Amino acid sequence: MSEHLNFHYNVDGENFVSAGQASVQVKKNLRELGLPPEVIRRVSIAMYEGEINMVIHADGGVADVDVYEDKIVITLDDRGPGIKDVALAMQEGYSTATDSVRSLGFGAGMGLPNMKRYTDDMRIDTTVGVGTKITMTINF
Amino acid sequence: MTVQDLISRCHFTPVVLADPEREVSGCYVGDLLSWVMGRAQAGNVWITIMTNVNTVAVGSLADVSAVVLAEGVTLEQPVIDCAEARGVNILSTDLPAYETAVLVHSVI
Ligand SMILES: Nc1ncnc2c1ncn2[C@@H]1O[C@H](COP(=O)(O)OP(=O)(O)O)[C@@H](O)[C@H]1O
Ligand SMILES: [Mg+2]
Repeated sequence: MSEHLNFHYNVDGENFVSAGQASVQVKKNLRELGLPPEVIRRVSIAMYEGEINMVIHADGGVADVDVYEDKIVITLDDRGPGIKDVALAMQEGYSTATDSVRSLGFGAGMGLPNMKRYTDDMRIDTTVGVGTKITMTINF
Repeated sequence: MTVQDLISRCHFTPVVLADPEREVSGCYVGDLLSWVMGRAQAGNVWITIMTNVNTVAVGSLADVSAVVLAEGVTLEQPVIDCAEARGVNILSTDLPAYETAVLVHSVI
């Protein structure tokens, strides 16, 4: 296995008003590593969307960011309800978010599409009643 | 055009001025956070009426040059503190979002 850096975060499912702390920390860490701003921006946005989803749809989870020489891999793992129809969830505008979540500016149904848009590869492993694991790769 | 130039030319009120020399390029208007992250470009001025702490996170992660709060909406102190900690420029104006965008367009 090649040498790489790992950042690990527990994402709290309680507080969706201040959600996004792991992503903000990731941005800081990647800046300190001196990565190109566009790479940092793609990683930060993809991770933030995934982190918010874990908070608003899955009651939290764990996030890992692995930094290799030529790529970053983001892994988001939760024990939430799972996604019944992934193809439907991937459609722009599809959302099951509650009104209280929407009033904070989330729930536009653009999160998963954004994660796909900003990453080079995205895998969703999900089982209803068990949880969801999303793996995203950004090459540079 | 820097954020400082934008403030003087548009008569915006600086709420948090973390990086006045940041270059401004283009503009995006919207309140739904995922739309902003999906559509705004790095360096854009982002005009919104959203005032919760997630606005700061999105402003930072989407790497906009400044958040402009339209319609005279105000931030609570913890949100201001958060923007300061994260180095996000926040400006405000009493103008509605449309007029704000027209004004920004006329100067950049
Ligand atoms: N981690 C997750 N666990 C369970 N359901 C999820 C998860 N992430 C996304 N979903 C489902 O997919 C839908 C679409 O997600 P997304 O595109 O991020 O839109 P939004 O979060 O705005 O609803 C969500 O409304 C939700 O039903
Ligand atoms: Mg989402």
